[in-house]
Amino acid sequence: MLLIYFYLQSLLISLFKSIAMSTISEKSLIRKVIFASSVGTLIEWYDFYIFGSLAPIIAAQFFPKTNPTAALLSTLATFAAGFIVRPFGALVFGRLGDKVGRKYTFLLTLVLMGGSTFAIGLIPGYEQIGFLAPILVLVLRLIQGLALGGEYGGAATYVAEHAPDHRRGFYTSWIQTTATLGLLLSLGIILFTRKSMAADPADSIKAFEAWGWRIPFWFSVVLVGMSVYIRMKMHESPLFSKLKSEGKTSLNPIKESLTHRSNLKMVLIALFGAAMGQGVVWYTGQFYAQTFLENTCKIDFEQTRTILICAIVFATPLFIFFGNLSDKVGRKWIIMLGLLGAVLMYRPIYRQMLNVTSTENMMVDSAKTQIQSVLTPAKEKNYGLQTVTSTYHYDNGITEKKVHVDTLYTSGAEKPQLIEKTSKQMPTDRYWILVGLIFLQILFVTMSYGPIAAFLVEMFPTKIRYTSMSLPYHLGNGVFGGLTPFIAVLMGTIYTTDKLVGLWYPISVATLCLIIGSLYLNNKTNNNVND
Amino acid sequence: MNTVKKYAGLLWMALAIASYVFLVYTSYHQIHAKPTTDTIVQWVIFDVIFLPINIGLLIFGWLAFKGDYDHLPESDEEIVD
Repeated sequence: MLLIYFYLQSLLISLFKSIAMSTISEKSLIRKVIFASSVGTLIEWYDFYIFGSLAPIIAAQFFPKTNPTAALLSTLATFAAGFIVRPFGALVFGRLGDKVGRKYTFLLTLVLMGGSTFAIGLIPGYEQIGFLAPILVLVLRLIQGLALGGEYGGAATYVAEHAPDHRRGFYTSWIQTTATLGLLLSLGIILFTRKSMAADPADSIKAFEAWGWRIPFWFSVVLVGMSVYIRMKMHESPLFSKLKSEGKTSLNPIKESLTHRSNLKMVLIALFGAAMGQGVVWYTGQFYAQTFLENTCKIDFEQTRTILICAIVFATPLFIFFGNLSDKVGRKWIIMLGLLGAVLMYRPIYRQMLNVTSTENMMVDSAKTQIQSVLTPAKEKNYGLQTVTSTYHYDNGITEKKVHVDTLYTSGAEKPQLIEKTSKQMPTDRYWILVGLIFLQILFVTMSYGPIAAFLVEMFPTKIRYTSMSLPYHLGNGVFGGLTPFIAVLMGTIYTTDKLVGLWYPISVATLCLIIGSLYLNNKTNNNVND
Repeated sequence: MNTVKKYAGLLWMALAIASYVFLVYTSYHQIHAKPTTDTIVQWVIFDVIFLPINIGLLIFGWLAFKGDYDHLPESDEEIVD
């Protein structure tokens, strides 16, 4: 949150400074462009990620509760649906952006995203309107995916077409921070809302799970309103305006991108040599890491999120660093080094995460052990729910809380309900080790993701740039990357003996991308985008 | 290096076909083992979404084999037909 505050503050200061000056210099213009593009894109990512971050709560609200795993999988499938439609959004809005203009297209995507996010927060639950609830959620989620598919390419293209050749990596790297900062903003707002619903923490969590989860969705409308206002004041990209005034825009950008052999080969190399590897690295480091901490390591909800927030705050400036560096040494090898780091380090990092959070063979301090039993009688029935909460303190400093629920009959018979929740609290030293391990993963993200906007923009000509760069980006980031948490969890349910089995998916994809990228891509970039 | 790029193209083509066959084979076994709506929907989504991507990898391999990646464009004029 603090980082976002400083980020917005520094951009706002730049913006107001530039407004105060009567003559608008090139530098202040580019700052305004970056501000308008980055804030909008950040908000779109925020909108997209609050859904993923609240997946278990949304599952309980909108999907039948017969089986919690099925409900969670349904939500993840909806999540994936959001990612799968992204490439279609890239084509639909990319075409529009290459024909009508960048500015109006990414205004439209922003409004669509904000509207659908706000609407998700208004849908009554499954218990109120039945199957209409999950259907509406799915439809709105698909609209979110479509909008996001159109947003990123527009913002990256818009900034790149304003940036000088030798600084393109640096300027577009601001856009690259937005995906991570959008995730950070979503985590921060969720945590803040979850803690602010009531004075008592337990009541606050209950209220959040009952209806408070809707607040982060509603909050989006305020952010989007502000962003639309800022973007309305911007002008069209000068390169696109020139092309349009000369009547040189493409008549059919999709056809030109995908059927002209010389363009198609660039779309394919962008996907298989860079975007797909970057996608899995992004989602492993920031999403699968969160799932792994919470579901496999059993770290509690709040600590999982603060660990991620700390790691993101420390790592985010590195997007700018590697974007800037790519202007000096080229984009290719920075991206490839990020992929190599991920391939070599993922298994050691995740093994270490398991070790750090393990309580196996540890001694329990029995003097500190607390066991609490609460019986909640069911009205006019011959049974009640017995909730036993046990808290154990281990000699490695970890505190473990186990909640076990059984049905207890008046006759004294007991029926196990198999509801058992375990959550662990890490001591300070282990907490910071986990922050370090997540930071390392995000370091690989910053290397592979920081320079990629400039890299993709420079591969394609202005008249089909929006379409051509959006498609490989969203196939790589959306399909390969977006499905990472889902496929990794699924592999864990198929091959149950190895807790790290899910990592083979991102490792395989990143390895393939690393080989293809190293072999076929040029480190020399075509810096001239002013065709 | 161009010879390596060219013959690696055959590998990408083989990988595109083999990985898709493996995906369909896994889908069949997973659906057969647990024929619920959830399972069917998940695996059909995977099969559908990865079909065009694998076709893309196949085309990529073919273009590499034909020598299209021996020289990548250095300017925009080289990119557009």
